[in-house]
Amino acid sequence: MSAKESAIVQFDNVGLRYGTEREVLSNISFTLFPGRFYFLTGASGAGKTSLLKLLYLAQRPSRGGMRMFGTDVITMPRDELPGFRRRMGVVFQDFRLVDHLSAFDNVALPLRVSGVRERDLAGPVNDMLDWVGLGHRADARPATLSGGEQQRVAIARAVIARPEILVADEPTGNVDPEMALKLIRLFEALNRLGTTVVVATHDYQLIRKVPESLIMRLDKGTLSDPTGALRYPPKRAPSGVEA
Amino acid sequence: MPWVIAIMVALCVLAAGGALALSNLAASARGELAGSATVQIIEADNDLRAEQARRIAGLLREDPAVTGLRMVPGSEVAALLEPWLGSGEAVDAVPLPALIDLELAAEVDDAALAELENRIAAYAPSARIDSQETWLAPVLDALRTLQIMALSLIGLLAFAGAAAVWLAARNALGGNRDTIEIVHLLGGSDAQIASVFQRSILFDAIAGGLLGLVLGAGAMTLLANRFAALDSGMVAGGSLSAIDWVILATVPLFAVVIAVYTARMTVLASLRKLL
Repeated sequence: MSAKESAIVQFDNVGLRYGTEREVLSNISFTLFPGRFYFLTGASGAGKTSLLKLLYLAQRPSRGGMRMFGTDVITMPRDELPGFRRRMGVVFQDFRLVDHLSAFDNVALPLRVSGVRERDLAGPVNDMLDWVGLGHRADARPATLSGGEQQRVAIARAVIARPEILVADEPTGNVDPEMALKLIRLFEALNRLGTTVVVATHDYQLIRKVPESLIMRLDKGTLSDPTGALRYPPKRAPSGVEA
Repeated sequence: MPWVIAIMVALCVLAAGGALALSNLAASARGELAGSATVQIIEADNDLRAEQARRIAGLLREDPAVTGLRMVPGSEVAALLEPWLGSGEAVDAVPLPALIDLELAAEVDDAALAELENRIAAYAPSARIDSQETWLAPVLDALRTLQIMALSLIGLLAFAGAAAVWLAARNALGGNRDTIEIVHLLGGSDAQIASVFQRSILFDAIAGGLLGLVLGAGAMTLLANRFAALDSGMVAGGSLSAIDWVILATVPLFAVVIAVYTARMTVLASLRKLL
């Protein structure tokens, strides 16, 4: 198997503009490999969230090519996209919890969408809530949870279905350092199980906690490569992936 | 939403019930009068008129197109005309036509009647045959027009009901946009999201449909009782049969199907705007 074939995400000269404005992302090209841990850094307004939106298929690029899980997602029929989204977990910057659902039901959403039977939900959802320290708040609505608690529910929802790729937009922005470290350890644990993790953050303290991670830096819509993450083959090829 | 559907269904039940009653009325009138005709012999001389009537009756009895014949007595003719001519000696001096009621064979058409009229003209040049269906035709045409109007009304109500559901679904979509986007981004398919709205509209439509059926059927029953009190032979022909009531009971089913289908199409059209 070649490295190119095993790539989980490939961006080829991607550009993104909203309406007739100038491009917010220009000439973005990179390859993400399975089982790697990536940080996406950059100042506010650099285009991190826009790049993540392309990654979790909320947006199509204005130009360029995108392949995910070995498939061209630009020309893919729209009705096949939900199947791809189910293979991802997303932690949104603004959490995007469903207000009228309890913490339990919010975390259970990806499983329900995937067709898991109701009687099989309670075990994994309660385990996940315990893991993020919210087992006692399972019945709480998002409005009654603190910002940090909401963020942990959002993270639990993103990882409950054991995604192949986890995309997190500033996932530790609203939690204390201790919880931030705990969440990063959770991401690392998922990563060790084979999930590719992409975390957007401008918290360099956090990045240092994951020494094996690769870093992509966005600056005014263009991507740079401080750790060789974007090289082909990557500077630090993951074990099991042919470089 | 259930109230809107209930009103639409009640109006549909009334319109459909009206259309069915008119259809029954027309069928009843047509059935009673089909195959019957009246020979009218107009002659000022009483004796000559009686002789012409007797000879024409003799001729008609032999004709295979005629299956039954009744000479209408002069007293019955006078009674029929009494509202217009009054009674008394002065009226007795007015020459009344002689009438013969005919029952015709099923295959007798307008051409056969014209031929029959030519034959009896040899005995009474002023005699003519009036088919009952001919003079009933304008009434039947009017009933048919009313039926078409009732069916058009049903179509308009179905359209208005679908439009109401469309608006309700769009409002619901607007109110739940965030939730829909989240489920969409978590991998929810359009069909899964649409099914949530369908289910919600389904329950509303069932509740509204049943309520509308009760209201509509109640109004129909009330109207039926009022018309029955008129004790008119023609109106009695417009009563609803058991099958008609079964047909009316299916109106809510159609309303539910239209509502659910409209909701589904509205939601799917809206979701297609998302990636």
